[in-house]
Amino acid sequence: MKAFDYAAPASLPEAVGLLASQPSARLLAGGTDLLVQLRSGRKDADVVIDVKKIPELNEISFNPADGLTIGAAVPCYRLTADAAIQSHYPALVEVASWIGGTQIQGRASLGGNLCNSAPSADSIPLLIALGATALIAGPAGRRSVPVDEFCTAPGRNQLAPGELLVSIQIPAPAPFSGAAYLRFIPRNEMDIAVVGAGASVTLSNGVISAARVALSSVAPTPLFVPAAGESLLNQMPTAEALEAAAKIAQEAASPISDMRGTAAYRRHLCAVMVRRALELAVARAQEIN
Amino acid sequence: MSVKVQVQTTINNEPVEFLCEPRQSLLECLRDIVGLTGTKEGCGDGNCGSCTVKLGDRIVTSCLVLGVEAAGESITTVEGLAHGSTLHPLQKAFLDHAALQCGICTPGFLIAADALLQKHPHPTEEQTRFWLSNNLCRCTGYDKIVRAVQAAAIEINGAAQ
Ligand SMILES: Cc1cc2nc3c(=O)[nH]c(=O)nc-3n(C[C@H](O)[C@H](O)[C@H](O)COP(=O)(O)OP(=O)(O)OC[C@H]3O[C@@H](n4cnc5c(N)ncnc54)[C@H](O)[C@@H]3O)c2cc1C
Ligand code: FES
Ligand code: FES
Repeated sequence: MKAFDYAAPASLPEAVGLLASQPSARLLAGGTDLLVQLRSGRKDADVVIDVKKIPELNEISFNPADGLTIGAAVPCYRLTADAAIQSHYPALVEVASWIGGTQIQGRASLGGNLCNSAPSADSIPLLIALGATALIAGPAGRRSVPVDEFCTAPGRNQLAPGELLVSIQIPAPAPFSGAAYLRFIPRNEMDIAVVGAGASVTLSNGVISAARVALSSVAPTPLFVPAAGESLLNQMPTAEALEAAAKIAQEAASPISDMRGTAAYRRHLCAVMVRRALELAVARAQEIN
Repeated sequence: MSVKVQVQTTINNEPVEFLCEPRQSLLECLRDIVGLTGTKEGCGDGNCGSCTVKLGDRIVTSCLVLGVEAAGESITTVEGLAHGSTLHPLQKAFLDHAALQCGICTPGFLIAADALLQKHPHPTEEQTRFWLSNNLCRCTGYDKIVRAVQAAAIEINGAAQ
């Protein structure tokens, strides 16, 4: 690895100041993307700024009114062990236990997963389905961006130079709501999704009153498909309705062929995975509360 | 070359200080600076788990940790498992079950399995395989490793209720 300096600011203002004064700095959370990229020479840095000492980036907090705040640097193993996340966001526990394996989860954060902005990032379709927003800090202060608008191209996102992600905020789950993320991978673990599907559903008197669907690995960015969720509004969650929504998501996908699968195979999988994710989200909406 | 940094840490319950460049991985620091060569390098990119160490309250691949990040932390490497010349029950079970051939993956499996048994005193086969999915072995075919871990669980924690 090329030489760089290391800094570990203890506060957000210090980190923002440092970032402003160091144009070629890179931010380090768990390093499971960054250190691989630095070692392979795909990225370089004069300074690596470790964000894990900043208190706000390390917090998990939940309350029934405001929902869940996940500090950008919180590693997956803390998410899977958190009692509030276990009871209110079971799909988040699942995705955090599927990113890499045990050792990767000891380091990997959802903030890093989001900021790395890979089309295959496993947490992003679920965050989109859950209606999450990204809280960003920079020289001009703070702003929020919906996660469904955050990624702009492979490896690129809305963060402007000098900005960093502070936290991911997820609304409190509505009564009779459920969410799910499912991915199709050649192995059972430790692999990149061929297709991933995130879904959330809210029921009112048995009728769908809100639904969101997003996909990974089938477009240059994680893909939010508003029309798929909207097609379910005011419908009973029947097999036909879920199938029709899955077809809409499939139409929106623009997959490529690579070593994990052909475009046609991925397109087929889109419909299957979205339907199954919707089924699981509906089952959870019916069982909880 | 950037300025070297002094790192104060605890390794296998002993205070340790070392001097490293910020770009050096914890794996490099352990092996090449501190001289603890039990931790192995396979892939260097987080996939094989041969470099697994315990860092604080969880296990990590030390090839994807910077040595400077170890400041103030507590690390356990494979050298920390045995008590003097008495092997840890996991080490003994690996020998008894022939859970290694070339042995390069073994230190990583031992550290990962030790963390598993602290979390799940009697892991099922599925829990064991899922937990160890970040560790690759090209020799044994994994079955013997899984059996060794389950045998060690009984040795350490008694028979499952
Ligand atoms: C063996 C292995 C298996 C993996 N398996 C999976 C998998 O199954 N699914 C999956 O989705 N990913 C997987 N990954 C990729 C990676 O682990 C995840 O993307 C992880 O969530 C990244 O988080 P991190 O904390 O390690 O990020 P880092 O590597 O620290 O950072 C990632 C990027 O985000 C930037 N960044 C970090 N924090 C901030 C911040 N606060 N503000 C702005 N920018 C920031 C960094 O500069 C870097 O560009 C795997 C990686 C490895 C090595
Ligand atoms: S050497 Fe670290 S995971 Fe392979
Ligand atoms: S014993 Fe050779 S790689 Fe596992």
